[in-house]
Amino acid sequence: MDHAATPRYYVPDSSIWPLIGSAGLFVLVLGAALWLNQIAGGQIVTVIGAGIVAAMMWGWFGTVIGESMQGRYSDQVDLSFRWSMAWFIFSEVMFFAGFFGALFYARNYSVPWLGGMGDKGLAHELLWPSFVATWPLLQAPDPARYAAIREAMGAFGLPAINTLILLSSGATVTWAHWALKADKQRQLVIGLASTVALGLLFVCLQAYEYWHAYTAMNLKLSSGIYGATFFMLTGFHGLHVSIGAIMLAVITLRAARGHFTPDRHFAFEAAAWYWHFVDVVWLALFLFVYVL
Amino acid sequence: MTDIALDHHHAAPSGLQRWLFSTNHKDIGTLYLCFSALMFLTGGSFAMVIRAELFQPGLQVVEPMTFNQMTTMHALVMIFGAVMPAFVGLANWMIPMMIGAPDMALPRLNNWSFWILPFAFAMLLATWFMPGGPPSGGWTMYPPLVLQTGMAFPFLIFAIHLMGISSVMGAINVITTVFNMRAPGMTFFKLPMFVWTWIITAFLLIAAMPVLAGVVTMLLTDKYFGTSFFDAAGGGDPVMFQHVFWFFGHPEVYIMILPAFGIVSHIVPAFARKPLFGYRSMVYAVGAIAALSFIVWAHHMFTVGMPLAGELFFMYSTILIAVPTGVKVFNWVATMWRGSLTFETPMLWALSFIVLFTIGGFSGLMLGLAPVDFQYQDTYFVVAHFHYVLVTGAVFAIIAGVYFWLPKWTGVMYDERLGKLHFWLSAISVNMLFFPQHFLGLAGMPRRIPDYATQFTGWNMVSSVGGFVFGASQLIFLYIVLRAMSGKGQPASGQVWEGAEGLEWTLSSPPPHHSFSEPPKLH
Repeated sequence: MDHAATPRYYVPDSSIWPLIGSAGLFVLVLGAALWLNQIAGGQIVTVIGAGIVAAMMWGWFGTVIGESMQGRYSDQVDLSFRWSMAWFIFSEVMFFAGFFGALFYARNYSVPWLGGMGDKGLAHELLWPSFVATWPLLQAPDPARYAAIREAMGAFGLPAINTLILLSSGATVTWAHWALKADKQRQLVIGLASTVALGLLFVCLQAYEYWHAYTAMNLKLSSGIYGATFFMLTGFHGLHVSIGAIMLAVITLRAARGHFTPDRHFAFEAAAWYWHFVDVVWLALFLFVYVL
Repeated sequence: MTDIALDHHHAAPSGLQRWLFSTNHKDIGTLYLCFSALMFLTGGSFAMVIRAELFQPGLQVVEPMTFNQMTTMHALVMIFGAVMPAFVGLANWMIPMMIGAPDMALPRLNNWSFWILPFAFAMLLATWFMPGGPPSGGWTMYPPLVLQTGMAFPFLIFAIHLMGISSVMGAINVITTVFNMRAPGMTFFKLPMFVWTWIITAFLLIAAMPVLAGVVTMLLTDKYFGTSFFDAAGGGDPVMFQHVFWFFGHPEVYIMILPAFGIVSHIVPAFARKPLFGYRSMVYAVGAIAALSFIVWAHHMFTVGMPLAGELFFMYSTILIAVPTGVKVFNWVATMWRGSLTFETPMLWALSFIVLFTIGGFSGLMLGLAPVDFQYQDTYFVVAHFHYVLVTGAVFAIIAGVYFWLPKWTGVMYDERLGKLHFWLSAISVNMLFFPQHFLGLAGMPRRIPDYATQFTGWNMVSSVGGFVFGASQLIFLYIVLRAMSGKGQPASGQVWEGAEGLEWTLSSPPPHHSFSEPPKLH
């Protein structure tokens, strides 16, 4: 058989990192579970677990980058990475879908029903007869347990600016991709660095918005279903922006060291796909959490 | 280029490293299957406690709280620890061989997917040793009840997060392997049925498990961080949990049965010595079942107080599932029609799967009718139904698959006489165990109770005796498998079964370390 015509398969060496990653995740959630139970040492165990997970990512990604730089990965391996990243992003989309589902259910069913819509009028009369269903829900049904929110989060102040920032960052990362394909090293690094900067700016503005919500608006995670959906959706999104920014920061450093070639740069594309994913989630958030 | 990379690991590394750091799909498959067997025994022992307590009315064996903890942990361990890992283990072993690949597409990720599981179940099972004990609100974790769980609560939630990470990464790996590692000429409509069912299962896993992760996260924040997703006083709704949970939960049911369909679709043609009848319709049927699984979830909650339009929609969509499922059952029967049938152990299990799973399907149709479900909801009829589809369905197919492929894995034939003994004991006792539960449920016995009215005593005794015999019979299985794993028995040829077809049977038994180091030629 002609070996040149029949590419042989590639199987990676065995690795210690999956086991360390499993142990790290275990220590991390063990610490968190102890912490939530207010058992002494929980915080320390959580931090140790996070450290192990971080070390695993450093080591595992380092190994893969090293192997990639040695040219050990065939086109087939490259395509496997692409498929798996795409499906991973799909799983993230479904994670957000659960929270969006909760938002839609609360807005369309649970809040109107508590306000007496449809054949649920009796529950309204029996539970909280003075409750008025509105959205955004500033006053939860039980005023004794949930203090009123002073005002709803507007859409066309900071959130609109944040939308512009994220959309611009999507443009800069694409600009960087064009540079990479045209082999323009300087433009690539500038494009990536400005994407990371825009991402960090977004997270900072989001943090300011949270601070404003807590101090000036009395809008809190514990303010009833409006606060719960608002902070959980935007909070998980902010977490994903942070993860994406860290990914892009690593890619920026790698790009500066000339790790990528115009035809082989899966890591860049994976981070860019992820960035576009957080961008699209934000657009859905902006529409359903802020505007509507 | 890749020659250099391959040459230095043609053989398995020795000792503990082989298992801890593995990148080999067969070794990881073995790990999955051994873990699954361990969890099967663990969850089975909880079931034995349940059946012992229910042997007669009154409280004899355990406290009511412990009883509820037994039912909750039995379900969690069996679903996430026994059945799902068993199918992932079978996928690991068989898919690369079936599609002509050397291994899974992402072997290290594969190892990570596995090794998360022992840690996840350490988290979950550790709750037995905590003040207040393990969760007792049922595996469905409905609030507000589950929020009363004590110290175990975050351990339950985080264990589920870990299992979800493991499942999603495993599913990504399966899909990537099938999309990208097929031998040249292995087009999608030449894929073996087990591979097809697993692609679709993997899709369901990737779509459903993150939703479970999200909804249990909402439970966590409701308990510890003051959110009110499931608290009406804050504008939320406990029923909302049920909606989001079952949006995961119903695809989850098919995650546990579609690979079983795949296994049976291999065994029946092999022992009927005929090709599978209606291959393409089988593929489309699996796809249709998977698509429908996302729009039927509220049939688990007909009595919760949904608007009438919701009841009707979910009833009709549920009943629709009978069509593609019927296609599959009739195709298996048509495969056997005028075949040269023989009844080796794998075939016996596959045949009993077809009959008994169909019984579970029929009781599912009954439950799917909203008006009558008001009568059956939360009775033993439901317990009977889902044990017919999960034990005589999923578990029987797993056992059938193990008997079918064990000679390929180990290189030796299992003991056919012991295998038949295991089959007949199991098939008879499992019907003693679960069939009377239909009567109990129709007569009004509620599920998840440690004590019951005296008129239910007779059938509960029958059920318990069946349960003990079924549980004990599985020790025979354990012995058979361990014996084959230790290499005792008649040597098996590469072909193993004369009627079996597929690339996996062109390899030696046991297969080489890397299944195919070059793409095989397809005919």
